[in-house]
Amino acid sequence: MTRYILRRLLQAIPVFLGTTFLIYFMVFAMPGDPVLAMFGDKTPNPTQLENLRAQYNLDQPFIVQYLLYLKGVFTGDLGETFSGQEVSEVLRRTFPVTLKLVLMAVVIEFLLSVVIGLVSGLREGKFVDNLNVVVALVLTSIPAFVAMFLAQYFIGIKLGWAPVTVGANATWGAMFLPALVIALTVYVTGMRLMRGSVIEARNEDYVRTAYAKGLTSRRIIPVHVARNSLIPVVTNTAASFGALIAGTTITEGIFNIPGVGNTLYQAIIRGETPTVVSFVTILTIVYVVVNILVDLLYAVLDPRIRYV
Amino acid sequence: MSERPMTHYVAPVGDGGPVEVDKVSLGSRRSNLWLDAWRDLRRRPLFYIALAIVAVILVASFWPSLFTSVPPNNDCMLANSNGAPEAGHPLGFTRQGCDVYSRIVWGARTSMSVGVLVVIITGAIGIPMGALAGYYGGRLDSILSRIGDVFFSVPYFLAAIVVMSVFSQYRNVVTISFAIGGFAWASLARIVRAEVLRLKGLEYVTASTALGRSKLSTLVQHVLPNSLTPVIVFLTIALGAAIVAEASLSFLGIGLGSSTMSWGNDISQAQQTIKTSPMALFWPSLALTVTVLAFIMLGELVRDALDPKARARR
Amino acid sequence: MSDSFQTQTSAASTAVEDAPLVSVRGLEVAFRTQGGTVNAVRGVDFDIFPGETVAIVGESGSGKSTTATALINLLPGNGTIAAGSIMVDGKDITRFSQRQMAAIRGGVIGYVPQDPMSNLNPVWSVGFQVEEAVRANGLATHRKDVKARAIEVLKQAGLGDAERRMQQFPHQFSGGMRQRVLIGIGLAADPKLLIADEPTSALDVTVQKTILDHLETLTREKNTAVLFITHDLGLAAERASKLIVMHRGRIVEAGASVDILTNPQHPYTQTLIAAAPSLASRRIRGMAAPGAPVLDVAALAAEHNPDHERELQEAPVTIDVKDLTKVFAIRRGSFRSEPLTAVDKISFQVRKGSTLALVGESGSGKTTAARMVLGLEPPTDGDIFVGGVNLNGLSSRGLFDLRRRMQPVFQDPYSSLDPQRSIGAAIAEPMKVHGIGDREARSARVRELLDQVSLPQSIAERYPNELSGGQRQRVAIARALALKPEVVVLDEAVSALDVLVQAQVLQLLADLQDELGLTYLFITHDLAVVRVVADEVAVMEAGRIVETGTSDQIFENAQQPYTQRLLDAIPGSGIDWGN
Repeated sequence: MTRYILRRLLQAIPVFLGTTFLIYFMVFAMPGDPVLAMFGDKTPNPTQLENLRAQYNLDQPFIVQYLLYLKGVFTGDLGETFSGQEVSEVLRRTFPVTLKLVLMAVVIEFLLSVVIGLVSGLREGKFVDNLNVVVALVLTSIPAFVAMFLAQYFIGIKLGWAPVTVGANATWGAMFLPALVIALTVYVTGMRLMRGSVIEARNEDYVRTAYAKGLTSRRIIPVHVARNSLIPVVTNTAASFGALIAGTTITEGIFNIPGVGNTLYQAIIRGETPTVVSFVTILTIVYVVVNILVDLLYAVLDPRIRYV
Repeated sequence: MSERPMTHYVAPVGDGGPVEVDKVSLGSRRSNLWLDAWRDLRRRPLFYIALAIVAVILVASFWPSLFTSVPPNNDCMLANSNGAPEAGHPLGFTRQGCDVYSRIVWGARTSMSVGVLVVIITGAIGIPMGALAGYYGGRLDSILSRIGDVFFSVPYFLAAIVVMSVFSQYRNVVTISFAIGGFAWASLARIVRAEVLRLKGLEYVTASTALGRSKLSTLVQHVLPNSLTPVIVFLTIALGAAIVAEASLSFLGIGLGSSTMSWGNDISQAQQTIKTSPMALFWPSLALTVTVLAFIMLGELVRDALDPKARARR
Repeated sequence: MSDSFQTQTSAASTAVEDAPLVSVRGLEVAFRTQGGTVNAVRGVDFDIFPGETVAIVGESGSGKSTTATALINLLPGNGTIAAGSIMVDGKDITRFSQRQMAAIRGGVIGYVPQDPMSNLNPVWSVGFQVEEAVRANGLATHRKDVKARAIEVLKQAGLGDAERRMQQFPHQFSGGMRQRVLIGIGLAADPKLLIADEPTSALDVTVQKTILDHLETLTREKNTAVLFITHDLGLAAERASKLIVMHRGRIVEAGASVDILTNPQHPYTQTLIAAAPSLASRRIRGMAAPGAPVLDVAALAAEHNPDHERELQEAPVTIDVKDLTKVFAIRRGSFRSEPLTAVDKISFQVRKGSTLALVGESGSGKTTAARMVLGLEPPTDGDIFVGGVNLNGLSSRGLFDLRRRMQPVFQDPYSSLDPQRSIGAAIAEPMKVHGIGDREARSARVRELLDQVSLPQSIAERYPNELSGGQRQRVAIARALALKPEVVVLDEAVSALDVLVQAQVLQLLADLQDELGLTYLFITHDLAVVRVVADEVAVMEAGRIVETGTSDQIFENAQQPYTQRLLDAIPGSGIDWGN
């Protein structure tokens, strides 16, 4: 297992370097003055330009720029936002909010995946299962931002059961609706994994052997069917944790939740490209790190990897 | 063991007696993977529904004027801002006073162009990357897979945000398609690689090499055709996902320029008046959802049809 | 249907003191499928008495496994008992509730499944899974007692260091070890009957023998009745006192094992016994019985032709392998690798028109050797001459030309043909690749080849999924013959086939060899098959050839203990024919 962890961590190094390099490359390897290009139609004031040029070490060769930028990432010096705030400072303020939102969404997602997947898998081909398959198909087809608007309009505006937007006071209760909507847009993957592996597990030889031992369904379904099916669902949920942190831009924008995603959303809307780039990089790093943790989690859950 | 006398029972002959060993009995119906899949699809009503939706969208994207005579941009009058439906304008007006129905019809072309382009880009990069890595293995696999890992590890929507933010002067269908497809291919490459790895060990592939085919020719003739199932399914669903990604980017204002007809742009515009005129938001959202649903449904149906095990279970 | 059988067994049972433990009457099992209902078992009657060992023998699709799973009511989801009764200890279990059935399973009827690899749950420790069986049958309730009992179960099943093994997971066990665990679980609650469904067909023969011997000892000690389900007539006859032969869902013959082997009455049984390689004694030759409706491997093999053998001894050498070695680098972690010698300096010769069987258990290196001969794997060291050409340092052009003269047939009939190519295209492929003939000439040759392998020409336009395993294997042979090669490498080419189909393909191979003067390199794990196909035999163990000789020399006068062990382990070799 230690060997597995070490190998996985070693493999993560090129991925980490690669992703950051890729983003940096997309922005700064462009011909012309990348800083000027970032502003698009806007006319930046000279001080801003000067600051940015200094921040990104544009007087250095490209590869040195990248290395200096990496050094910044590791020392916590993430530069400044467009409006002059320290990026690290903004993160300290916004990250906990996003974490709260995503955590809630992931818990709901997990419960929905496991419960619906298990019931549906055990009743394969029956009415409940068919209904679930249709609902899942429709839910995956609704784009996230459309789902947000539907929820906002019907539950927030028409029914008034939840605040239309969250605003500065991001409590658990206020964020329940967006978290639920996020969960509904993503649970289908996990539900399908659960359903599929329950169907598969029910026909596994070892399940038949368990019956032949004299065990009853009451023991076999949780111990031999559900336990085995949980492995892919748990890792999928964990992976979606990373994906959701990286993907809260639209949700936080629509519901006006003061998290990282909203900061990125505002920067995009205002066309503040340097800020966009730094936040995308940070979110990508979070995503990469979570994915590594997911692989390690997989090893914990599956003895075939744990004891090689 | 007890010495129990045992009778020798013999069934009456002719009762399942000897038969010609392994006699060839061919059904009157031909059968192979594609034929069976096609037969299965033909029996499913959902397939026709999905196909009809896709057909309508395709026709609308080639000849929008077949569906509407109202130009999407020219006749906009602010006087009609958020106006209710009236004769000739069945779905009412947008905030700018443009015809909602006409804009939806004209928006189909944008969505389909992006969808198809992304599928082409994704397939053109993902299939060779995955196939070569899986088939040749070794060092080539290590290099290609690490490159794939890097692209896979950048959430593709975030990557598209960066690309579209940086290339702010070039916000057109081609740029946005590359912004999406340029990262989405990594998932396809993984699928193809896994499939090729599985097929590579099968005996007909070994036999093909042993009878004299070159490795590359075996890959093209035997391995790739047999790895098509998950590719077709992935690309069909990816087409829907690409349409959503374009709409999402346009919604954020970094997709296509506001002069381009795009459902995402319209949703973004209508968002500001969600409280007063929700229908202007609803219609383009519905168009988007139905389109995506049609493609996802098609992908799922094809997946089921191409999987003999799933067919048997129904 | 079986009046005589029933009445006489019941008469017999009054003569002897006891009543049957299990009594099956008129059992019918139906499966719901897309095409309607399929009756897998159609009116089966039999009894099992306490302490008795019974074997149900049949080919795939005979209903033997279905009958076994019906006894513990574990039919797959779409299967139901449509009619009949199964009396266990005087009660009809077909009417039992799930709860009542759970009490029967494990406690009264134990079950040992076929595939040791898939029958233990990979995420739970072995100890956990044994303890589960102990607890379910109420053998112990306290944690400590349960554990102690589980350890005892594993020890009885022949796992020496059971205490340590308890915490390990299934993937840390070898196939044989896992099968021991499964036997332990099956016997954990001292059931009155143990159903063993092909318990060792996934294992090497020597392991199979050890495990079956052990099982026999255990069940004899406890006077447990055993119901063997097997496709192997030799194994059945050797292990069981009573045989039940099933064919297409019905019992065609039943009775004492020796009785059935020596005096089979039903034509199907006669065919089956005639085709069973494990009961045959000599090499089959082609054309011995043209058009014979019943394949008789034993009779064919008995036609001993000394002239033919002398002729072969003087034939030129076609395949000449010298000091062939293959070392693989096995990866350990990301950076280190360990060398693994899969093939260790082996040498052998195959004469033109003859068959050399390369025999070995799994991991012996036989398949790696075959792959090197086929030019699919570069040797680490040594030389391979095929028809005088050295494969070593051959240009790709040279290898291409050589492949015209040497063609392969592989093991798995379900993956040996590209599912997306028609049969005709598959057979024509070698000709196409080597640029032989035009379209018409090729399709004429395809028709000719289909005739040679006794398949109708009309299947050329069909696809592999429409054919049975044996038919696919015949197509694979036709493909191999398309270029009129001198050498055919057969890698376990008949191992996956049922007995009768296997006999048919073996006969076909022998016919083709005679007709076309083919040289065969026959790779197999199955010594019984070797007996009927090979002129010469090379026995491999752990990468080395431990013994070579003519077929007769090896089978009648093996020199090496390993060869002797392999021979002893052939199911059926230990049959007491009773006369």
